[in-house]
Amino acid sequence: MRRVYFDHSATTPVRPEVAEEMQKFLADNFGNPTSLHYFGRQARKALEEAREKVAASIGAKPEEIIFNSGGTESDNMAIHGVAMLNLNRGNHIITSAIEHHAVLNTFKALGKQGFTVTILPVDKYGMVSIDDLSNAITDKTTLISIMHASNEVGTIQPIKEMAALAKEKGVFFHTDAVQSMGKIPVNVDDLGVDLLSISGHKIYGPKGVGALYVRKGTRWKQSLFHGGAQERLRRAGTENVPGIIGLGRACELAVQELKMESTRLAGLRDKLIKNVLDNIAYTRLTGHPTKRLPNHASFCFEFIEGESMLLSLDMKGIAASSGSACTSGSLEPSHVLLAMGIPHELAHGSIRITLGRDNTEEDIDYFMEVMPPIVERLRAMSPLDQENEFVMESSCAACKASTSCHR
Amino acid sequence: MREVYLDNSATTRPYPEVVKAVLAAMEDYYGNPSSLHRKGVEAGRAVARAREAVADSLGVEASNIIFTGAGSEAINLAVKGLQPGRKGKHVITTAVEHPAVLNACGQLRERGMEITVLPVNNVGMVDPEDLTRALREDTYLVSIMHVNNEVGAVQPLADISAVIKEFRGAGRKLFWHVDAVQAYGKLPLRPPELGIDLLSVSAHKVHGPKGVGALYAAPGTPLKPLVAGGGQEWGLRSGTENVPGIAGFGVAAGIIAREARETAPKLFNLKKKLVDGILAAVPGAVLNGPACREDEPGCAPQIANISFPGLRGEVLLHALEGRGVYVSTGSACSSRKKPGSHVLRAMGLAEQLVEGAVRFSISTLNTAAEIDYAVEVTAGVVHELRELYG
Repeated sequence: MRRVYFDHSATTPVRPEVAEEMQKFLADNFGNPTSLHYFGRQARKALEEAREKVAASIGAKPEEIIFNSGGTESDNMAIHGVAMLNLNRGNHIITSAIEHHAVLNTFKALGKQGFTVTILPVDKYGMVSIDDLSNAITDKTTLISIMHASNEVGTIQPIKEMAALAKEKGVFFHTDAVQSMGKIPVNVDDLGVDLLSISGHKIYGPKGVGALYVRKGTRWKQSLFHGGAQERLRRAGTENVPGIIGLGRACELAVQELKMESTRLAGLRDKLIKNVLDNIAYTRLTGHPTKRLPNHASFCFEFIEGESMLLSLDMKGIAASSGSACTSGSLEPSHVLLAMGIPHELAHGSIRITLGRDNTEEDIDYFMEVMPPIVERLRAMSPLDQENEFVMESSCAACKASTSCHR
Repeated sequence: MREVYLDNSATTRPYPEVVKAVLAAMEDYYGNPSSLHRKGVEAGRAVARAREAVADSLGVEASNIIFTGAGSEAINLAVKGLQPGRKGKHVITTAVEHPAVLNACGQLRERGMEITVLPVNNVGMVDPEDLTRALREDTYLVSIMHVNNEVGAVQPLADISAVIKEFRGAGRKLFWHVDAVQAYGKLPLRPPELGIDLLSVSAHKVHGPKGVGALYAAPGTPLKPLVAGGGQEWGLRSGTENVPGIAGFGVAAGIIAREARETAPKLFNLKKKLVDGILAAVPGAVLNGPACREDEPGCAPQIANISFPGLRGEVLLHALEGRGVYVSTGSACSSRKKPGSHVLRAMGLAEQLVEGAVRFSISTLNTAAEIDYAVEVTAGVVHELRELYG
């Protein structure tokens, strides 16, 4: 059977070039970078080279990069570290309703510790309004965290404008760039952000490694883990050397190939979106029609339950998802779709197709071959009232974000 | 040149089987374990298998294992994630813990907790009676390590367990965390038997990959996560699972379980050969920590900390390196901070001994011939340096 992986926003396979470099540091150059001897120095040298690569890929300086275990830790570290250190200046922090749970749940945890949390609404495309942000900032605001591009609907936020506004008001700005990295240009100076999170396994690098960019001069301090003096006292724990080397190589390759690969993927994406909307009735594109990631297509199918759609696709060899991977299996519909004003029943029929290096035109054709009959079959069985009007409400269910996502 | 790696407490060479498992997982099980489709399910199964293996190696249930990004993270989760309850205000630890424990306790102090740091004797051992005296009505956490990473003192966990059980017997709640990062894979340990609630281990110290650790948490231990997000690892540690790292850890844990009985005697024989050899060949050399004897319960089988008075440890380290023998001056993570080990100082060692200390740490991959070579090189290098600095 044909196998098609359409879930590159959940995770990506490790590129052979990346795996090859990691292998050397798994097997022979296994030293602890803190060790003073040869094995340690070899590991340290490779670690610093990887730091340079990661820094170069986002236009940062090497000393502004802190390696850690992944995107989630990056988000936690960034938010916690700024919020806690600036408590003497204020206790108000701002985010949006469509963030990843790594951000939302960190804000919620801080909310319980006495911080005032503002969760900005989004419009029907999942876009945060600059006016809303501007109105939310008070003299107690110390941090804004808005994601660069949505993992669930692919919408790209106007980070540059928002970060400029934050700077003007003296507020630190963090962006979760886990999904945008490698798909659209990510440059810390262009964006004007103070902190930025990336993850290895979303860009054909390994799992278990990520990086946080912290602009020099940002009032930020590690507040999650304490221990050894690794990462200049900014992140304790023996460095995941092979993982970090993999991340460095993955970042390097992602930037090198960004332009060509993004153009190619955008072509495939547009073909997919057009085909789906033209050929399958009662279907809507979710997220912004144009300001979206080049590899990202997401839809809601009326009168269908997303999970059965995914399982049917899986049986045909196609791996897709309903939204973010970590909410898979949860019975609640996506907090992102709800925040966009999409009604519950419709949000249940969501599907996300995220393309990657291994996908081709034929994969899209194959999808279009198997998907319409699946939709037809599921709709025939559906108990959902087909008389229901499809309404896109522009008003937002501000904070219906689920408290946590149980698998 | 011959290479003899004797810095296995800093990190170890991953077993070939581990490397294979990590690479295979990257290639084949690249899915996200939270995904519902086949690639996700495969990755999820790989994590589940590894969890079983790690649990088996500790004699606990898989549902009590939480994978983390490192041993330090496991320790932080245990110490800072444990909920003190209404009455809990006091924490007890020791002067010879790893910086991860000591610094996490420092954080607790900033949050208003009181910390008692138990002293150690001149070989790095905690006296259980000191623990008895330090326990208070508002003590909620005791964090005492199993094997010290610098001098290899094996703390008297059975006696400590008795003290803790007696305290609990009076109807009081008390949680016990054990940093078993250095002991894991060398000394058999079954946390439930001793009444240990929390136990931290790390993969890369047992020939597994870097970037993965685990925390055992006994059922009912009130933990809160340090990292919020997608709710992986029973909500205690969010973030996409490091599937290849975890799979590699599983393989290493399987080997630990299989070789549990042979490991300690094998390591001890190599250590004895090394210690006896160096002490015989190098005048003035002193073993720090418990005596290297089979009947000495405080003697860890894999760590030998030896001082060469008159020489600086770092100088010796580089001279040994020049002959292909790799050692350390203390714990790897303090190598870059101020010189002089907090452990040796806590033991009350004279300045000259602190400065001249070198740690040899052995793994089952070392051979008797390597130990002979290390002894010969050490004796030669010390002799030359003494001539030079005479």
